[in-house]
Amino acid sequence: MRIFGETKERMDKRQADRRQGAPGEREVQTRTAPAVERAQEMVVENLSAYYGNFKAITDVSMHIRPNKITALIGPSGCGKSTFIRTLNRMHEVAPGGRIEGRVLLDGEDIYARDVDPVRVRRRVGMVFQKPNPFPTMSIYDNVVAGLKLTRRRKKSELDEIVERTLRQAALWDEVKNKLSESGTSLSGGQQQRLCIARTLAVEPEVILMDEPASALDPISTQKIEDAMEELKERYTVVIVTHNMQQAARISDYTGFFYIENMGDPGRLWEFDETDKIFSNPGRKETEDYVTGRFG
Amino acid sequence: MDLFKQLRRGNPGDAIFKGLAVLFGLSLLFISGLVVFELWYQSSLSRGEFGWSVLWSTEWDPPGERFGALQFIYGTLVTALGALLLAGPIGIGIAAFLVEIAPRRVDRVVGIVVETLAAVPSVVYGLWGIFVLGPFLCSYVAPPLQAVLGWLPLFSGPCRSYSVFTATFILAIMILPTVAAISRDVIRAVPDAQREAMLALGATRWEMFSRAVLPYAKSGIVGAFALALGRAAGETMALAIIIGNAPRIFTSLFDQGATMASIIAANFANAGSAMFVSFLIELGLILFAITLIINVSARLLVWTVASGPSGGIRA
Ligand SMILES: Nc1ncnc2c1ncn2[C@@H]1O[C@H](COP(=O)(O)OP(=O)(O)O)[C@@H](O)[C@H]1O
Ligand SMILES: [Mg+2]
Repeated sequence: MRIFGETKERMDKRQADRRQGAPGEREVQTRTAPAVERAQEMVVENLSAYYGNFKAITDVSMHIRPNKITALIGPSGCGKSTFIRTLNRMHEVAPGGRIEGRVLLDGEDIYARDVDPVRVRRRVGMVFQKPNPFPTMSIYDNVVAGLKLTRRRKKSELDEIVERTLRQAALWDEVKNKLSESGTSLSGGQQQRLCIARTLAVEPEVILMDEPASALDPISTQKIEDAMEELKERYTVVIVTHNMQQAARISDYTGFFYIENMGDPGRLWEFDETDKIFSNPGRKETEDYVTGRFG
Repeated sequence: MDLFKQLRRGNPGDAIFKGLAVLFGLSLLFISGLVVFELWYQSSLSRGEFGWSVLWSTEWDPPGERFGALQFIYGTLVTALGALLLAGPIGIGIAAFLVEIAPRRVDRVVGIVVETLAAVPSVVYGLWGIFVLGPFLCSYVAPPLQAVLGWLPLFSGPCRSYSVFTATFILAIMILPTVAAISRDVIRAVPDAQREAMLALGATRWEMFSRAVLPYAKSGIVGAFALALGRAAGETMALAIIIGNAPRIFTSLFDQGATMASIIAANFANAGSAMFVSFLIELGLILFAITLIINVSARLLVWTVASGPSGGIRA
């Protein structure tokens, strides 16, 4: 209740802090003193997720650290997407989607009875595998789409947010002269960065990304990775990736999901610092997977 | 290799099928052409007498053989647009409920109901309108409406079963299945990725629908509206029964009026002069032109939503 029934002052204060955290937007963009305050930790306790009667993951416990990038890897079908979607209550949008266990955001259970999923999703943003900009909106309107859900803002304030978030998503220079064009006029990689900017604009505390670069060319992928490096200064980031090198390069912690026997639900097989997972994993399956022996 | 050559050349069965398809397509065009020609030819007496001025004249003097079409065009447009005004939002509401909220089973049952409604003969709607809907509207809908808006000419005068008011409601009920069914298909075609995108930004379900789904489906829904409008403009029997067939420009919805289709149906059998018959046929020609314009623009709109730039996301 404390968090989700958050007072307006606190929200405004945090937004003000956030803005101060990016002083003189135009010159120093994003390379700023970490505005740590908003990044939150998430703690997952004994989480199982179902689709109707089908149990997709079981007994997952994980500590997601603030201002770190946590990568989730594992063979396909072992529940990475399902898991990441439980972190902002998008899982329950799927038919029959429900969970057991607890997910804490800054100490509060996001599945508590009096918690509105809408508020959870404002605090825990999500970027999807396939870029999904709103085709009827301009690039500018795409970025502010989430902001317009909360309260009216001055045009100048919106302009500022649009520029800042597009810079954070490494897209500003490519679109600054065509902000009023449709979001679908962009390439796939640009669209995905637009979706990142759109997510950043609502100022979440945690950002979830489900294979954000899987459909993109190497250059776009590189740009997104670069952007993520800067994002973690302000946000807690969780990313699903099927790309080992990517996980090793960008993440601080890595979780390996695995299904031992066909038909079982997915489990979090191993979770540790990324260096450890990739150099000296604790379990054989993890090692086989990260060295590419199966997958 | 032979196989591919064969495929490229096409086998005889394909050729026959293609030939037949083209033949039928052409014969449809031919028949439509014939209809238009017949309307054109049979109305030459009236066209020669009144020229283009028939479109803005309201004359109505059968014994003196003087006719104008404006009041009927007016009646058609007012009732059709009024019906759309009523059925449009309700139809979208039903479609939204079916796609976004209702469980599969409900969706299927409502689908059957909607199809049944569309299959009810128009005479039945007409009779029902007089005996059931008209009295109901006059005792429960008109009084509160007049209490608030009675000062408007549009809602003045006593309520009657036989009136533009009842006719508009009946038309609305008749086109509702069309609006709801097409809107449902269009809304269902909106990718779930769009819904998820909006939800993940912290939207409520309503915000998701109004800000992501509706804009995406907008042109398709406009297409559905246009198709419904075309249907409403051409509806004949129900209106011929209810609207009163009074050939004038009505100012109150509780007045009687006439549409092009209703006046043709009401007068054709006993039109007393060659000029009268010719004029009624010319009305048919005008109606044909109007519905054609509405339908073609509807098709174009539906096409653009299906294949246009908003239909897919460039990768
Ligand atoms: N909407 C859904 N309904 C039913 N089962 C699903 C749904 N989405 C995923 N699943 C099932 O849940 C399991 C985990 O899937 P997913 O989380 O997508 O795995 P990953 O992202 O690791 O490839 C799979 O067996 C998949 O078939
Ligand atoms: Mg997945």
